[in-house]
Formats: sequence, structure tokens, C-alpha cells
Amino acid sequence: MNLFMLLAIAAAMVLIQFVVTRWVKLNRLAWMGIWWAALWAAFSYGINPPLPNSIIVLFMAIITIALVAYLSADNEELKQAKESIVRFMVTRQYRVALLIVMLVIPGAVAAWIFASMNEAPQPPSSGRTIHPPPPSSITFQGTSINLTTANNPIRELQHTDEAAFAEHVANGRRIYFENCFYCHGDNMEGAGMFAHGYDPLPANFNDATTIAMLQESYLFWRIAKGAPGLPSESTPWSSAMPAWEDFLTEEEIWDVIIFLYEFTGFEPRAQGMPH
Amino acid sequence: MLTIDRRSWMLRIPLGILVLVLVALCSESAWAAPQEADPEYRALPFISSRVLMWAVAELHLMFAAFVLAVPIFALVIEFIGYKTGDRRYDQLAYDFTKLLSVSFSFTATLGALLTFGLIVFYPALTQYLVKIFSWTFLPYVLLFFLEAFFLYAYYYGWGKLSPRLHLFLGVMLNIVGTAIMFIANAWLTFMNTPNGIDEMGNLTNIWEAINNYIWMPINIHRIIANVAFGGAIGAAYGAFKFLGAKTLEARAHYDWMGYIGIFVAICALLPLPFAGYWLGVEIYAYDQSLGITLMGGTFSWLFIVQAVLIGNLFLAANYYLWLSMARIPGAERFRGFIKYLLGIITLCFIVWATPHSLVATVEEARAMGGSHHPILNVLGVMSAKNTAVNLLILTTYVSFLLYRRANKEATVSWAKTGNWVQFGIFAAVVIYVVFLGVYGYFVDAQTRIGLSQPQVMSVLFAMISVTVIDIFLFKNAKSRGEIVWGKISARSQYALFFLAITFTWLMGLMGYVRAGMRQHWHVYGVVRDTSVDAFTPTLGYAGGVVSAIVIVFFLLIAIVFFLAGLSGRKDWEPKSGSRWSKAEASAPIDS
Repeated sequence: MNLFMLLAIAAAMVLIQFVVTRWVKLNRLAWMGIWWAALWAAFSYGINPPLPNSIIVLFMAIITIALVAYLSADNEELKQAKESIVRFMVTRQYRVALLIVMLVIPGAVAAWIFASMNEAPQPPSSGRTIHPPPPSSITFQGTSINLTTANNPIRELQHTDEAAFAEHVANGRRIYFENCFYCHGDNMEGAGMFAHGYDPLPANFNDATTIAMLQESYLFWRIAKGAPGLPSESTPWSSAMPAWEDFLTEEEIWDVIIFLYEFTGFEPRAQGMPH
Repeated sequence: MLTIDRRSWMLRIPLGILVLVLVALCSESAWAAPQEADPEYRALPFISSRVLMWAVAELHLMFAAFVLAVPIFALVIEFIGYKTGDRRYDQLAYDFTKLLSVSFSFTATLGALLTFGLIVFYPALTQYLVKIFSWTFLPYVLLFFLEAFFLYAYYYGWGKLSPRLHLFLGVMLNIVGTAIMFIANAWLTFMNTPNGIDEMGNLTNIWEAINNYIWMPINIHRIIANVAFGGAIGAAYGAFKFLGAKTLEARAHYDWMGYIGIFVAICALLPLPFAGYWLGVEIYAYDQSLGITLMGGTFSWLFIVQAVLIGNLFLAANYYLWLSMARIPGAERFRGFIKYLLGIITLCFIVWATPHSLVATVEEARAMGGSHHPILNVLGVMSAKNTAVNLLILTTYVSFLLYRRANKEATVSWAKTGNWVQFGIFAAVVIYVVFLGVYGYFVDAQTRIGLSQPQVMSVLFAMISVTVIDIFLFKNAKSRGEIVWGKISARSQYALFFLAITFTWLMGLMGYVRAGMRQHWHVYGVVRDTSVDAFTPTLGYAGGVVSAIVIVFFLLIAIVFFLAGLSGRKDWEPKSGSRWSKAEASAPIDS
């Protein structure tokens, strides 16, 4: 959060509410414009890291709809707002101001077009589909694995044989640091030494919305099949993940999955639900 | 000898177009491709058979939803009229029912078109479904006959039969209609979550095939959604008649009709997200792949579109209630609350519409440190969404509560205490719902999913308990004046149109999502789609098709409105001097 900016916006609003209104009477239309500008400034400059433009547009569209609804929800206020616009356009007193508005609006549009035409070329933005859907079953080194029913065989050791379970976790740690940490990082935040070369960046496993929401069989599929095994739907995928079935055994993959959950402290999503 | 007048051209032009279309379809070049002896698919020359079936199925569904919904609330309104002796309710129920007969014909015609289309264009799939569900066809047809009987008896028997018998017909109409929907739902839900079959796809248990994972969630979801949709369309009819009303009396009646319609729609809208959530949970439980495709993968962006549409629905419903206060003396006391209610609605709307995976340029993504924004990220998951929707529901309920008590002043001795108790319930529930939402970030996925239940139950508890208190609180209340029906701005009526269109659009969109999540399967995991259309269309294309379907639906519903309105018109009379009046004048009276 950019607290300085947010406080500045709040202070400006307080100033308008308690000081400016002593000299100028503001109708609902004017307040609508002030609120719109304040919220736009808060979304654009008050949040750090900055919000993507697509999100600001979405939020401001919602706010615009809400403000228009507020303005028009009261017949008297709407009438006053309409009258103030008409008065501004027909009263001689506002001739200069009207002229300025008539020049500023097309001028702003022209400036915006000029600025956007002079921007350096950028790759198009795209919505990334985070979770590709897994197939029902996969073939792993010649063996068929049903992903709908597959469970991590190491998981039951957690309660039956803690020492053996700890060995698997340690093995998972070794495998992770031998193979995965170059991209996913030593803290699993997706900021390994190779990460800067990728677009999109490697997944951040500390994020409560990644592995914490997935079943272990899903992780098995993603690790085993990597980018080459991504589904044919929703293409093109952007992933540099290798197919680890060419380098790791089935048990090693389950071990590293256990380690991911142990390290981050998350629980995997359980399978199935009562029908 | 007949003379050709201008009106006959009105018939000839569409007929001419129809003939041209038929000639084009039957031309040699259009059907020149060699036909297989036993094809799996058949194609159309100018339009994809998938798009055609998509449009027909969706239109059939929309009309069916309307035909099933209207009798539910028409019956309730009629019953209120019967118990209170207020004839206005009876008239209102009849006004709604007038829309049924033409809609029923459209539903049946579109249903027949859908069946023929499946047989012609998807013969292999149809054959498989027939093999599985053949036992259900006979009861379906019998129920359909009964539906026709009860519907027409209910409509034509209005005022002709004893009230009790007429109400009985209405009850039977609803029972039969619901049973029909349950059977049809078994067919389509089986395609998503097939059950009761062996590994080769052969039927092992018909009941398990019917009672598959999402059959009951879809049944419940559709009953509620149908009522919301039917109420909104009925309200749009009221708005249509209101805007064209010539007298104050007609304006008052249709204003009331619009209000009742949207009241029904909002009442059904409130529990709808919970039913939808149950459906989503069952889909995920059946197969994580389906769940991920739906909520986290290909179709997740459509859920953002859905969130925007539902947010707009809540906003428009509240907006209508606020505008409706103009017709109630004393409502000005509550105007000051609107800005706070709007603030909460906007905040919840923003939370609900925030996507988990953001559209960002490479530079923006790098600044965020990935495709997830560190602050917005927490708003993109179900904990935040469930909290937002529960608060949206509560806020809408508060708007209704203010509307309800607008012209009332409590006279009971415990009025102040009652208000504080109501406020306390609201405050406690809001705190509890927000606490559970935040708590959801600190527990595993299974526990988090379970937290939605106490959230829902606490909101339901608040709405029920506050309503009960309110009823006693305003018993023998002092009135600040009667509601002046008809005294409302035209904007409110456009809000009703907006609500009806948004409901329909939403229905088309989510219908596509439910069917589309199977992706390259006709019957998920059993019958693979091997047609040329075995690909998921882009979101833009799908949105375009759904929008086109919505436009066609409203063109058809405009016909329904027009035909329903004919019954209230004066009898046609020839203009003086026309050939009809001359013929009448010269005709012998006793001939």
C-alpha cells in the first residue's frame, strides 16, 4: 500500500467536505465527480505494487455504474444535476469555462491518442489460465495412474511411521534442491535464479491460492508431465516446466510433493466429497 | 374474386424468404457431399450444427424455465387472493398466467426441434442416450400430456371453476411441471457426471444414472433460478404495459405487477448463489478436472463475467427498491441510508468481480512479482467471494426492509428494543460472516469449503429472525399514508427490463459453461466428441452466440407479450366506408 498517497487523498476529501463547501455549494453531481476522481487516484497510485490497468478499468466501471445509480436514485437530486449541466451550458456567466471544457475534452482525447501511438511496442497482455485441467488418467513410465482416485502413498506414513515419513520428506528436500529450486527458488516463492528469464514467472508455492487448493494427484501430473503434457485445450500454454518423468521415479515425485506441503505448511485438497 | 391488398404482402414477404431459404438448403451443392450409411454426425451447409443445437437447446430451456416458473408464483398469488378475498391478487395471477399458453407452445415446438436436431445431427450420441434412458421416455411423454391438460385447464378455467378446484389444478400443474424438469435434468446431468454405467459405458443401474452427482443440485438450482427468471420476465411484462398505459388505473396495476414480479425474482435470487455453490462443489467432487476447467481453467473468465452480471443484478434490484420508495409517503426518512447501502454493495461487487488470475502486460506482471497481485490475490478466491455475496444478500435484504417499513411507524411499547435487537442480529452476523471469510485463509481447502455453510446459515438466520421481529414490530403500526401505485419514474421500469435481460443473459452464459465444461466429450469420459466441432470456442465467440440467443429470446418473448396483450383489447371493428363495413351492412341479419 502507498499509505502516503492514500492519506493525501483522504485529506483532500476532508478538506473539500469541511473547508471548500463553506464557499462553494456542491451538488450531488459534483460530489460524484470528486468521489470518482478520488477512487481513481487511490486505485492508480495508492496501491503498491501498482494494479494492472485492466483491473483499474474494471473497478472504475463498477464505481461509475454505482455513482450513476446513486445520482439517479433520487428524482430531486437528478433534476438538480440536470439543471446544473443545462445552466452551465446556457448561462453567459460560464461562457469562458464552457469554452475551456469544449477545448479540453477533444484536446485530452487527442493527447491520449498521441501518447498511446508513441508508446514503445509491447507484447499483448493476456489472461493467464492458472490451473490447466488434468486428464482423468496418465501413463507414467508404462503404468496407468488414475488421477481422480490416485493418493500420495507416502501420506499414510505421516500417522503410522513418523520416522519413515521424515525420511521421505528429507528425500523430497534433496530432490527439490537438486532439480526445482533453480526456478521455484529456495523459499518456494517462484523467484529462483532462472526465474527472471521466464514469462510467466514460475509458480509461487507460498501463495495460499496455488498448491493449497490442489489435490496431490494434480501436482503429480504437473511434475511428471510438465509443459509437454499440458492439455490441448486453452492453448497456447506458456510453460518451461520439464517433464520430470524422464528424470525421476514415481516415489521421488511423491516425495517432493510431500516436501512442498511440509515446507509451506499447507494441506493438500482432499479427494472426493459426499454425493 | 379476391383482390390483393397491402396486408397480403405482409404475409408474402416472409413466405418468400422461407421458400428461398428452403431452396438454398435443398440445392444440390449444399447437400452434394457423399452421405455415409451410418454417420456419427451430419452437418448443415451454412451454419455449424453445434451452434444451431446450442441456440435451440438454450431457447427451449429459457421458455421451459418461464413456463415452469410462472405457475409457481401465479399459484401463490392466487392463493393469497383466495385467502384475503382481494380480487386484485386474482387478477394479477391471471395476468401472469396469460403469458403461459403461447410460451408453452413455443417450449414444445423448440423441444421438438431440439429432439429432431439431435436425431439428425448427432445420431450416435442420441442412440447412446436413448439406450441409457429409454425407460424414462414414456413417463416423460405421459407427464407432458398431463402438463398440457393442467396448464390449459388452469388458464381457461380461470373464473369458470370453483376457486378450490382451480387452486388444485394449479398445484397439479406445478407438480407435473417439476417432475418433467427432473426427468430432463437427469439426461443432461448424466452427460456431465455419468453414473450407473460400467467401464464400457453400458447401463448397470438406471436409478444411479438418474441420480448422478449433479442431478439434485441442478434440480434445486433450476427450480430457484426458474422462479427468479420467471419473476423477472413477468416484471418486464409489467414494465412494458406500464410504459404503454393510458390511464392512471392501468399504470397503478402494472406498476404493482412489476413490483410483485421483481419481488419474486429477488426472493429467489437471494438463495441462488448457495445452490450454485453446492452444484460447483459436487462437480469438483465428481472429477477435479471438471472442477478446475470450470472455476480455475478455461471457463474461469466466464465466472468473472458472471460475477459482473450478478453484481449488476443486485445493484439494479436495490436501485429499483430505492426508486420505488418515491411512491411511499414517509420513505424520505430512509433516503440517507442509500449511500451506505450503495457503498457496501459497490465494495462487495468489486470483491466478487476481482479475478484471481489478472490480465496484465509483462511489465505489470513483473512489477507484481508474478501473475498474482500480492494484495488483490486474496480477493480472487472463494473465501472472499463467499463473504462478499453473503454481505450483498444481507444488504439487499436491508433495502427491502427499509422499503417495507417506509410508510409505517411502530406503535408497540418495545419498538426501540426491537430495533436494537434487529441491529444487533445484523451486526453479529456481519462480524461472523467476515470472520469466517478471513479464517478461511488459514485452514485447509476441505475446511474452507465447509465454512460456506455456517456463513449461509447465519445469513438465513438473520433474514428470518429479523423478518419475524419486524412482523410483530409493525403489527397495528401507524400508517404515514397509502402506497401510491403508479407514482414512480420510468427509470425504474427500465431497471426492470435491465434485470430481465441480465437474468436471461446470465442463464445463457452459465448454461453454456455447464455444457461446455465437458470440452471434447459428449458424455464426459464415455462418449467422445469426434465431430469437426470438438473444440472449445473462444470466450468472445461464445459470448457472441449467447448474446444472439438472448436477442432471439426477447424477440420471441415480445411476441408472447403482444399476443397476451390482445386479450385485453377491444373487438376489431371495420372502419366506416371500408369494404368490410359495406359487406356487413349488406349482409342479411339472419343469414
